[in-house]
Amino acid sequence: MASKFTRSNRTGWMMAGPAAALMAIFVVLPFLFAIGLSFTNQRLISPNPTQFVGLSNYEQLLGVGVLTLAPETDTTGAVLRDADGKPSYPSVRSFTRNNDQYPQYDGMREWFSFGLGDNQVYVLGRDIVFLKALVNTVIFVLVVAPVQGGLALGLALLINQRLRGINLFRAIYFMPVVVSIVVVSLLWRFIYDGNSGLLNNLLGAISLGTIPRIDWLGNPGTALGAIIAMSVWQAVGFHMVIWLSGLQTISPTLYEAAAIEGASPWQTFRYVTWPGLRNTAVLVLIVITMQAFSLFSQIDVMTGGGPLDSTQTIVFQAVERGYGKQDISGGSTISVVLFVIVLSISLIQRWLTREKK
Amino acid sequence: MARVSLSGIKKNYGGVEIIKGVDIDVADGEFTVFVGPSGCGKSTLLRMIAGLEDITGGTLTIGDRVVNDLPPKDRSIAMVFQSYAIFPHMTVRENLAFGLTIANAPKAEKDAKVAEAARILQMEHLLDRRPSQLSGGQRQRVAIGRAIVRKPGVFLFDEPLSNLDAALRVDMRMELAKLHADLGATMIYVTHDQVEAMTLADKIVVLNAGIVQQVGTPLELYHRPANLFVAGFIGSPKMNFLKAKVEAVDATSVTVGSPDIGTLVLPKANVAAAVGDAVTVGMRPHHLTLGGAQDITGRVVLVERLGNETLTAIVLASGQQIIVALPGDIEVMAGQQLHLATQAERACLFLANGLAA
Ligand SMILES: Nc1ncnc2c1ncn2[C@@H]1O[C@H](COP(=O)(O)OP(=O)(O)O)[C@@H](O)[C@H]1O
Ligand SMILES: [Mg+2]
Repeated sequence: MASKFTRSNRTGWMMAGPAAALMAIFVVLPFLFAIGLSFTNQRLISPNPTQFVGLSNYEQLLGVGVLTLAPETDTTGAVLRDADGKPSYPSVRSFTRNNDQYPQYDGMREWFSFGLGDNQVYVLGRDIVFLKALVNTVIFVLVVAPVQGGLALGLALLINQRLRGINLFRAIYFMPVVVSIVVVSLLWRFIYDGNSGLLNNLLGAISLGTIPRIDWLGNPGTALGAIIAMSVWQAVGFHMVIWLSGLQTISPTLYEAAAIEGASPWQTFRYVTWPGLRNTAVLVLIVITMQAFSLFSQIDVMTGGGPLDSTQTIVFQAVERGYGKQDISGGSTISVVLFVIVLSISLIQRWLTREKK
Repeated sequence: MARVSLSGIKKNYGGVEIIKGVDIDVADGEFTVFVGPSGCGKSTLLRMIAGLEDITGGTLTIGDRVVNDLPPKDRSIAMVFQSYAIFPHMTVRENLAFGLTIANAPKAEKDAKVAEAARILQMEHLLDRRPSQLSGGQRQRVAIGRAIVRKPGVFLFDEPLSNLDAALRVDMRMELAKLHADLGATMIYVTHDQVEAMTLADKIVVLNAGIVQQVGTPLELYHRPANLFVAGFIGSPKMNFLKAKVEAVDATSVTVGSPDIGTLVLPKANVAAAVGDAVTVGMRPHHLTLGGAQDITGRVVLVERLGNETLTAIVLASGQQIIVALPGDIEVMAGQQLHLATQAERACLFLANGLAA
């Protein structure tokens, strides 16, 4: 019976054809282009011919170095200290600019530094903005994945009940998902406004004016957090629906069996619900991670990567390079790096959450 | 061990009355079977005893406590479901110990009780398997084992054998009978299969449309059905029903007659019927014999030869079809005329209101 449908797949190919062709043209082909371009110096519009440049784009993007500097000493070997008693160090610039002894640091800038005993360790990078974007994106993923996944599960458990009007709640939680992220971002810009924003007014009212007004998006300390909160809110409904579908695959008799054995709500969750959601959890985790890594629209609309690069992200940088600075090869290189990161993380997640035999 | 008493039990779903006032007493250690067609409310009744459904009206007593408002775990019951309801991600051992695990029982107690249940059900070799590695019969055995570990006062079974194939069902049926004999526990067993009911029960409760039709031992129901419904439901093949008119009544017998059966004197005392009343005569297929007095004559339309007996369908003069079960392997052919003798003392008589005379 099954053989005819599984073996003769001409009809199948014809049905999948249009979608497969569109995917090939708009996803696979550009991706292959990106890989190719990342090895060249292609610019968006340029009179010069394109040249193959090997891995230099990647070196430029990912190059980091560590420079450990001992404090400056006087002729007797005593450490030189400034007025505050702190030791003083040679300037980093003297190593990274035209210093023939340290060609590996040439063109790098200081990323961050920390003290190690009397020495000061400088971590240098060739492309500090990209490195900041990388760190911001990783922070975003590390916060959003558990928080959004957990909140979505909580909501799914709440709305997975037979109550009158429960569909209203389902619709409300899902609503932000169907609104364009650009619109949501614009709205939240008003909410986060430093003067008359909703959030400031709310906090002011609750605290009777003791909490000062904060320019949430204009402050390097709060901008990324503000975008994280808004992003969690926006997509939580989507993952709630995925969890909900997972919840509904769990047989109700399992809950009845647990009730007869006297399981408490927490034990029921632990022994029945959560094990039954295993595959859903893997899916939700991977989807959130991928979505979080591609953070762009919120940044573009709300902060443009600022203030002081505190909300730079990988995709925002890719677009900014490729189109803003017309450096197509640089943007492509970022895309390929992002692809490798996301692929590795997905594979690791799948391996960690595999079914143990 | 406990007795169970239902008195005036009712259940409504929305405005629909599903269980319409049921009175049943199950004695301590008794094996009681609720039997009836699909949708008659057997499961609903059992689930009310278990505490999985609210009781709309009436009093439910288990042991000597009214348990109407107690949660399932406090009713001293264990339940086995048709769909097994064993936890798919736990080993057999963990499934058996589930109730003890959530009650934080010490490991030694768990091991001892699991070992005992496994011994009773002869499944020591399965303890470390997962449900996916078990056959249907083995899964149901695990579910029964989990019930045994609870040491309940009352075992509840909801069609536990319905998902098994026919051969396995017969084996498991015998095992359940043996289990009851070994444990001596009170058991309430729901099935739509009257063979299961007849073979397992000390006492059968026949239900139809939310009303108890008759309560009695298997043979009481077989030989003295209280009404047409029970007569038609118990026994396989079904009892034949033949329309007739009362021709004479006296203190010890009733004479009935119709073109199909001629005149028949049934030895029934004090029948509340008058001459001319329409009645129904019930004759079991096994109570009709070949030859002899030749009360009934008909044409064979269908023959099923089973080796140990021969089932034939016969059309009478009026066009009504009856089933006859003849002992042994008899050469009968479709189209042939058969002359049958009735056993008046084993025939049943039902009055116009459907009740047995
Ligand atoms: N949750 C429910 N809501 C409404 N009607 C129900 C519900 N559960 C069962 N019923 C109805 O109650 C009747 C009895 O069901 P059930 O007890 O499952 O029958 P069965 O004898 O086959 O086990 C059926 O007609 C069914 O449609
Ligand atoms: Mg049922």
